[in-house]
Amino acid sequence: MRTPSLSPMTLALGGALLSAPAIAARLDLSVQIPQLEVAEYHRPYVAVWLERDDRSPVGTLALWYQQPKKGDKPAGEGPAGMAAGAEGGGKWLPDLRQWWRRGGRELSLPADGVSGATRPVGEHALSLVEGGAALKALPAGNYKLLVEAAREEGGRELLEIPFQWPAAAGQTLKAQGKSELGAVRLALSR
Amino acid sequence: MSHPLLRASLLLSLSLPFAAQAHKAWLEPSKTVLGVNQWVTVDAAASTDPFVKDHNPQRLDSLEITAPDGSRLTPENPVTGKLRSSFDLQLAQAGTYRIALVSNGLSASWEENGQRKMWPPRGQPFSAEGFAKEVPAKADQLKVLASQRRVETFVTAGKPSEGALKPSGVGLELQPISGVNDLYTDEPARFRFLLDGKPVAGLKVELIADGVRYRNAVNEIERTTGADGSFELRWPQPGLYWLSATVVDQQAPAPASERRAVYSATLEVLTP
Repeated sequence: MRTPSLSPMTLALGGALLSAPAIAARLDLSVQIPQLEVAEYHRPYVAVWLERDDRSPVGTLALWYQQPKKGDKPAGEGPAGMAAGAEGGGKWLPDLRQWWRRGGRELSLPADGVSGATRPVGEHALSLVEGGAALKALPAGNYKLLVEAAREEGGRELLEIPFQWPAAAGQTLKAQGKSELGAVRLALSR
Repeated sequence: MSHPLLRASLLLSLSLPFAAQAHKAWLEPSKTVLGVNQWVTVDAAASTDPFVKDHNPQRLDSLEITAPDGSRLTPENPVTGKLRSSFDLQLAQAGTYRIALVSNGLSASWEENGQRKMWPPRGQPFSAEGFAKEVPAKADQLKVLASQRRVETFVTAGKPSEGALKPSGVGLELQPISGVNDLYTDEPARFRFLLDGKPVAGLKVELIADGVRYRNAVNEIERTTGADGSFELRWPQPGLYWLSATVVDQQAPAPASERRAVYSATLEVLTP
């Protein structure tokens, strides 16, 4: 099974990059999906995105949702607002209701380097290099990282981590979920 | 036959045009935030408490569904039951849809040989032909009332849009300033009321949150529109809200001497 959990290797790599001077600015993120003792468990839908101080969206960094099966039409094609129409996985995307409002419904799916399948219980690492596919150049300012999770037959949780960009070197910020999300860590480096 | 009690109630309903309208008309959409091609189902009824199906259905012949591009849509599976009407709608276009029951009509009351007459009879719709045929041009105590009624709700597929929200310029209408479908408890909402397309100042607006049945008081929220016709509020809780306002004035087309413009809308408020 493909489980991209946060390995010591990733952490070590992150540390090495931190100390290197001429490396592009980046966000290293870890999102924990908690183990839940429920009768009917479905993996949560998760969206990760950045907002400016005035709540305007910078962009979606990651979206994990049930991928359309082969032959499902038109799920997963065109704007999320379109994909949501199908009885496939896209139907539940509006349940990530803050993400939906803050640009999700305008995002074209599938989004390269952004959208992917739902993830299992565990810690999931995301490395976002400024100027990469998911994270364009980020002007200096105050931002918020938002992580929203919604689960079928379950609840919804929204976590936010405010940060300043550019960041002090080696800064790590944390948020702790209570229900649908576990620990979220954001390491900033430039 | 002139039953004294019946006569009394007819007189009362004529003399108290607004207060006697204890039954609130409403549309209740299954969801308001959706994706393109999704289905929404809508109930239409009138009752003392909004969204409680315990009185009468609303007739669907005055239903006007406006798509984001301004075109008119026909509902699917329309049905009228004992307590509510219902219909389905597929949101094939991206944007905001306006779903409305719109009726404009005349009603008349007069005296004939000392007997009170009224038209149209209770529960019957207005028709120009019926009016011309049944209402005398001259009669004792003849009073003709023009009524303009708009009962609305809004649903959005994908990103909200404003193409369907253009005011018709007839009667009382709600003009959203902060949107009709992106409503959240942590944000103030602002709307403007228009009468015949112009802002109406000093209008009393009433809002009632869904779930009256499960609390001991209606807890209505009251606002009054300012000089620019607008009012603002913060939503105390997420859920459906029934918003309404009424204007009674003399801006009536002949042969009416008085006009009553009634507006109500159902809005959904979400948790941030």
